[in-house]
Amino acid sequence: MKPLPSSRRAVLKGALAGVTATGLAVPEWALAQTGKIRVGLMLPYSGAFAPLGVAIENGVRLAINEQGGKLGGREIEWFKVDDESDPSKGIENANKLVQRDKVDVLIGTVHSGVQMGIQKVARDSGVLTLIPNAGIHAATRALCAPNVFRTSFSNSQPTLALGEAMVKRGHKKAVWITWKYAAGDEAFEGFKESYTKAGGTIVKELGLPFPNVEFQALLTEIAALKPDAVACFFAGPSGAKFMKDFAAAGLKGKIALYGSGFLTEGVLEAAGPAAEGVMTTLHYSDSLDTPRNKAFRLAYAKTFRAQPDVYAVQGYDTGLLLAQGLKAVNGDVNAKPALFKAMESAVIDSPRGKWTMSPSHNPVQDIYLRVAENGENKVIGVAAKALADPGTGCRMG
Amino acid sequence: MDIVNFLIQLLNSMQYGLLLFMLAAGLTLIFGIMGVVNLAHGSFYMLGAYLAWSLASLTGSFALAILVGTILSVLFGLLLEWLLFRHFYQRDHLDQVLLTFGLIYVFEEMRSILWGDDVHGVAIPDLLSASIPLTDTLSYPVYRLFMSAVCLVLALGLYLLISKTKLGMKIRAGAFNHEMTQALGVNIKLIHAVVFALGVGLATVAGMVAAPVSSVYPNMGSQVLIMCFVVVVIGGIGSVKGALVAALLVGLVDTFGKVLLPQVAGMLVYVLMAAVLLFKPEGLFKH
Amino acid sequence: MSAPQSHLETLPRSLNVLLALCFLALLLFPFVGTDFYVQMVSRMMILAIFAMSLDLLQGVTGLVSLGHAAYFGVAGYALAFLTPAGEPISLYTSLPLAVAASALLALMIGFLVVRTHGIYFIMVTMAFAQMVFYLFFDNKALGGSDGIYINFKPDAKLFNLENKHVFYYFTIACLLAVYIFLRRLLWSPFGRALAGIRVNEHRMRALGFDTFAHKLCAFTLAGALAGLAGYLWGAQTGYINPELMGFHMSAHAIMMVILGGMGHFAGAIIGAFSFEYVLHVFKDLPEVAGFNLGKHWQLWMGLFIVALVVFAPRGILGLLAKIFKSNEDAP
Repeated sequence: MKPLPSSRRAVLKGALAGVTATGLAVPEWALAQTGKIRVGLMLPYSGAFAPLGVAIENGVRLAINEQGGKLGGREIEWFKVDDESDPSKGIENANKLVQRDKVDVLIGTVHSGVQMGIQKVARDSGVLTLIPNAGIHAATRALCAPNVFRTSFSNSQPTLALGEAMVKRGHKKAVWITWKYAAGDEAFEGFKESYTKAGGTIVKELGLPFPNVEFQALLTEIAALKPDAVACFFAGPSGAKFMKDFAAAGLKGKIALYGSGFLTEGVLEAAGPAAEGVMTTLHYSDSLDTPRNKAFRLAYAKTFRAQPDVYAVQGYDTGLLLAQGLKAVNGDVNAKPALFKAMESAVIDSPRGKWTMSPSHNPVQDIYLRVAENGENKVIGVAAKALADPGTGCRMG
Repeated sequence: MDIVNFLIQLLNSMQYGLLLFMLAAGLTLIFGIMGVVNLAHGSFYMLGAYLAWSLASLTGSFALAILVGTILSVLFGLLLEWLLFRHFYQRDHLDQVLLTFGLIYVFEEMRSILWGDDVHGVAIPDLLSASIPLTDTLSYPVYRLFMSAVCLVLALGLYLLISKTKLGMKIRAGAFNHEMTQALGVNIKLIHAVVFALGVGLATVAGMVAAPVSSVYPNMGSQVLIMCFVVVVIGGIGSVKGALVAALLVGLVDTFGKVLLPQVAGMLVYVLMAAVLLFKPEGLFKH
Repeated sequence: MSAPQSHLETLPRSLNVLLALCFLALLLFPFVGTDFYVQMVSRMMILAIFAMSLDLLQGVTGLVSLGHAAYFGVAGYALAFLTPAGEPISLYTSLPLAVAASALLALMIGFLVVRTHGIYFIMVTMAFAQMVFYLFFDNKALGGSDGIYINFKPDAKLFNLENKHVFYYFTIACLLAVYIFLRRLLWSPFGRALAGIRVNEHRMRALGFDTFAHKLCAFTLAGALAGLAGYLWGAQTGYINPELMGFHMSAHAIMMVILGGMGHFAGAIIGAFSFEYVLHVFKDLPEVAGFNLGKHWQLWMGLFIVALVVFAPRGILGLLAKIFKSNEDAP
């Protein structure tokens, strides 16, 4: 048989080299010696949720820099992965940080579907995992874990505070409307419980397929039902569209509009006058008039040349929690029982107000009642004080 | 549901259907005449919306924004056709699918780099911002009537163009038989460029006109693309008349489905499509 | 409709040797790779099976399906429904059932869809896949938008699939089995008929072949094999959600097949590996002069796809075949 020509040999050599090269990684012993804490961020860096991902990361970094830029006295090595808001890649992307980059801490993410993937990796690997936004119930209920902490909210928390506020204002008959997906269903859970408990009646529960934004048909339906108020859960640009469509259909002024706070977060500019007077409940508001919030907003604006929002605050609190926890164990991220205990008993001095961890690792926090006025969400009171997520079905340890 | 409610829902479905028609007409034309399937059609819709927003912010006038935007997008359509699409008329559908899928990514990223990832609103011009009271609780926004009017005018214009003008005759001839038409001395390349630019123009105008109502945000094109495809399939590829009928049908099914059968509303349009295909595998109207 | 010369059914012998060597490298990989990369390669192999199933439909029969992911996802869901919360399900009952579920869905949709042609077929397959997507997305009973966990890998009794290396070799076995099966099929009378349909359906019909039945058969078989891939995906990741049946997944499958080179099945495997690898590379691009290249990976991906279609329509395998063939022909 003829010997292989040199070009072909080169190809073969290259192929074998290429295949083995990607398989080799830094050996375990080298990692432990560097002394840096490996923090992994899994956030949306592309697509519609990108601004949220950026805001969260900014918040995390601001908090840690204010604490001296170190965690428990150790320097930080950052790793980032774009989760693309794609649930089918959730596990793969989380493993990039946990298995490939061997992070000590995993921070993520925004989208609940992706969170399910992260939750699996977190539970299987035991890595300390902090959730800076996704409100999916299971993360601090049936699927809770000692190493998973949430610093944002659970999907029903904002709406659990909504019911009583509405009934107090005399709006006893309401129509609920949202998308038919997990976050919408969970938001409804909170609303249903609080509204009926306060004596309100839910006239009808309307839903449209996610992410459909053709509201006209359902607005016509609402007009025919003539309730006192409409309560809803929409987030992002769809929230702006809903408010605009609501107003354009002439319902504004005749039927009161309430919502989970995400309805008016980040979209007041886009919604314009249609948002005036809309009341929402959320665990934060840009206009919160406290020295803590003012200081935070100033620092954030100076550092990032942009205004912070609720997502930035959640990121900030994540940094605070992490810093506090690691300080208590002098940076030894492997001292898990002590670390978790420190985080469980932490009191976070957040721009949203002080809050603590519930037994299932979700924030116990005040929910504010806000009204949209002149392009900002003005706080008019506390709709629910120290509200905790029930953590049903959570079994830790 | 009482009669007033029913009529209003009918109005709603018609308005949604007409907007879908604007988009589907462009898609079906481009396919019918040049045989090109364009997955990036939704990106043109998004382009229109972003143009409306940035031009309106720049000039302060929505009308001016639409005018300038239309011109810019037609030019963009011509450029795109000359640069890329014209080389793909003879290629496999598969290649076209891939090419346009790649373009979706490119357009989304260009949008991200040029205009960022934030959500924006476009103000409805004062002239059109009133609402007409229909019942004691419900009013119908004048702007939506304006949108429907624009779509109808364009639909009429398209019909007149294709069936009553010389250009339209050449377009129809080109679709029927390429070589013959060229042999008869018609500049088929120009026809193609015109049709492509027309398709792009329709989609971007749809985006511009819908922007005040839908808001302007990333990925807004992909949501509308699938519906567009369903409309074209139901109506019959290449048939503008079919696109109109199908779009109105889809509007009806979507609107009444949401109200009467919310459980399965998401699937209903596809069930409609399956039903049509069972009896007419090439859509309602053959090209 | 599709140019016959863009399909590769036979390859130069030296290229076959190279492919065999690559396979050997694949067999030896777990001995040099870390857990993360072993899992990544397992995933690439699962996607390779998915790509091969599409290649049967697209490369051999000439039917471009933009909705193939529906059959991929359904099998994963079948495994999810069959696996109880507290213990594993037997591999030997769940695998056939899951594949059968995908095959059944493919048969039903295929019956409606195979009667259409060309661009219709493309659009209609996409629309039906969307329908299946919404069916699962909108219904909490089927897991809804958040998907379902699969808490235990299937129980294979004779070997332990929970072990990452064992799972890796099981996947290789499936990959090899599917590859051999499809290569045999390609050269069988049925496979020849399918290729004939791709080249000229009218002629085949004139020759007396029942092209509808043949196409439906191919569609169903492709669906079943996609189901095998989906089952393995669910078993490996332990999590199934509707996005696995979505438009993007289907489009990625098409890209993998094109990137590798259609019609030979080895091309599909190469395409799957290359596509995932290219994605990996683009996403990890560093920051250059303040411009974060990795953040805009979608731009590079989009340009890459466009360049691929324009310059290399026969894919990687096509390019390699050209190189190797010219070397063989040279004196």
